[in-house]
Amino acid sequence: MSAQAKTVRMTYREAMRQAMRDALRRDPRVFLMGEDVGRYGGCFAVSKGLLEEFGPARIRDTPLSESAFVGAGIGAAMGGMRPIVEIMTVNFSLLALDQIVNNAAAILFMSGGQFNVPLVIRMTTGAGRQLAAQHSHSLEGWYAHIPGIKVLAPATLEDARGMLWTALEDPDPVLIFEHGSLYNMEGELAADAGAVDIDKAVLRRSGSDVSLITYGGTLGKTLAAAEELAGAGISAEVVDLRTLRPLDTATILDSVTRTHRAVIVDEGWRSGSIAAEISARIMEGAFYELDAPVARVCTAEAPMPYAKHLEDAALPQAPAIVECVRAMVGNRG
Amino acid sequence: MAAPRSRADDELRPRLKREHALELLRQMLRIRRLEEKCAELYSAAKIRGFLHLYIGEEAVAAGAMQALEADDAIVATYREHGHALVRGIPAEKIMAELYGKQEGCSRGRGGSMHLFDAATRFYGGNAIVGGGLPVAIGLALADKLQRRARVTACFFGEGAVAEGEFHESMNLAALWKLPVLFCCENNLYAMGTALKRSESEIDLCLKATSYEMPAWPVDGMDVAMCEAAARRAALAVRSGEGPCFLEFRTYRFRAHSMYDPQLYRTKAEVEEWKKRDPIETFEARLKEQGLLNDAEVTAIEAAVADEIAKAVEFAEAGTWEPVESLTRFVYSDRTQP
Ligand SMILES: Cc1ncc(C[n+]2csc(CCOP(=O)(O)OP(=O)(O)O)c2C)c(N)n1
Repeated sequence: MSAQAKTVRMTYREAMRQAMRDALRRDPRVFLMGEDVGRYGGCFAVSKGLLEEFGPARIRDTPLSESAFVGAGIGAAMGGMRPIVEIMTVNFSLLALDQIVNNAAAILFMSGGQFNVPLVIRMTTGAGRQLAAQHSHSLEGWYAHIPGIKVLAPATLEDARGMLWTALEDPDPVLIFEHGSLYNMEGELAADAGAVDIDKAVLRRSGSDVSLITYGGTLGKTLAAAEELAGAGISAEVVDLRTLRPLDTATILDSVTRTHRAVIVDEGWRSGSIAAEISARIMEGAFYELDAPVARVCTAEAPMPYAKHLEDAALPQAPAIVECVRAMVGNRG
Repeated sequence: MAAPRSRADDELRPRLKREHALELLRQMLRIRRLEEKCAELYSAAKIRGFLHLYIGEEAVAAGAMQALEADDAIVATYREHGHALVRGIPAEKIMAELYGKQEGCSRGRGGSMHLFDAATRFYGGNAIVGGGLPVAIGLALADKLQRRARVTACFFGEGAVAEGEFHESMNLAALWKLPVLFCCENNLYAMGTALKRSESEIDLCLKATSYEMPAWPVDGMDVAMCEAAARRAALAVRSGEGPCFLEFRTYRFRAHSMYDPQLYRTKAEVEEWKKRDPIETFEARLKEQGLLNDAEVTAIEAAVADEIAKAVEFAEAGTWEPVESLTRFVYSDRTQP
């Protein structure tokens, strides 16, 4: 970031709120709906203050009816509105799976292109806060399995600030997964930060020995691992996927073609994960470029435990990433 | 069991103008004959997949649709040929859809269970029991937020009342006073499960009123009653009073889908209900009242037969969507600026 550019210090949470405020100001069709988004201020305080600013017609508290209010978002989107539906956490979104998979993702196709669903659904995902097995899972890779929706995972302040507007302008349903551990992340954001693209992966760090491919809540850990590896003489490139569907395969393959090695870091469970999908795409598109088998650092295959030491052990951590890369590249230190 | 017709019914029944009565009869006959043709075409393997016939229940769609304006919206279920037809989707586009042809109202992407039509604001054809209700809520919410006096009519079977989505939607619609007309078509069976075997409380209107929503039962075998009830309810909904719930008491004469040995009900029960066939009884009544004669029936039947023959011709002549466009409409076609 250049020294002379004007920046503002804020958290990921504030960047997200700023994005919603901006959208609500720009487009009268936009409204926010979900459990406790209004009077309570949002389960994770993302929507705090918006009720006072925009009123109860546009900041709508809903009953505990995930299926009904997600479906209502679908209907409202088809009826000319631009709803932002907030679901407290990804685990609760399972109660709305029918609406997301059977309706939001399918109606455009089923109707032969007649009805598109310009709906944005935001939800918290991920572990790391000792919330145990019903509030901590990372199911975004699961959602990425479904054609008809787009799946975003903003991992930076810029993306938290910029992805929402682009998602709202999309004619089709977009799911935004906000990793719970990111809300308090603080940093500098350009004062004039605005919309960003939602279809390209980006390099968060350039390197030449290995591509570390990740997204969302594990970006920070992966960057930390890359830093440590640099100290050991291993140059790691870090690819932030940003969007899990559609996957930016070109950027992934391009990176792997340069580094010849790939480690995928994913907070989802390993089996049937987005990490598995990325690995398959590397096999399909860059097999002969590889100097080593693709490796994965994923969450242990168990529901998330409560105890801190167990939760830490279950999740991908920087040391495990470092270890994985060292095993692959060989020690150079 | 079939409820006996009472004197009170006759007194309650609205007086219909002749032209309008003939129109109601014509609409019911269009559904009946179209679906009889569908059954035939299914046997001939022209139509595949699931095919849920509405035969016996025609009075509900034919009557209720009369209460809707051109810019109102409809959300229906997989048993929706009748609703689609009366709403104004041309028979030929429906038939082409059942054939899977790209000239169909959903380009052959949906089939029998997923008829869609933007022109008539027909939002499907939803084949998840209860799945259409939340969408209807949202369409109504959009109208309310945009201050449009439109109604969203949501049709569903009594089987849906066991689903969570039903209760969530009823509550939300009433809580937010949304302009939804809930049309529950109680044909007594969800596939093979009788209502009384699946619900602890079988008074469906009671469920609706527990959400503070006006609700009343309607003789779903009587098209005039269906129309009158829907008009009354739609008026209230349109004027901003919030949602209404109608329980249309009706009966499905055919199998749940095409193949179904119907072990769950007796032949005698079906025969008893057939005595109340919505088309035959309506026709007889109109004749009795001197509003209809045999020549007119013949003329209507001939016109309907012609329409359906043309629909079949259209579907036969229809074309298959090229396989190359299989993944089109997974996402919107976008012309980037
Ligand atoms: C959620 C869900 N569960 C089960 C089914 C399978 N199914 C299809 S139709 C049906 C019966 C529904 O009965 P009802 O709502 O009364 O409507 P009807 O078929 O009588 O018109 C069932 C169980 C389904 N389509 N969706």
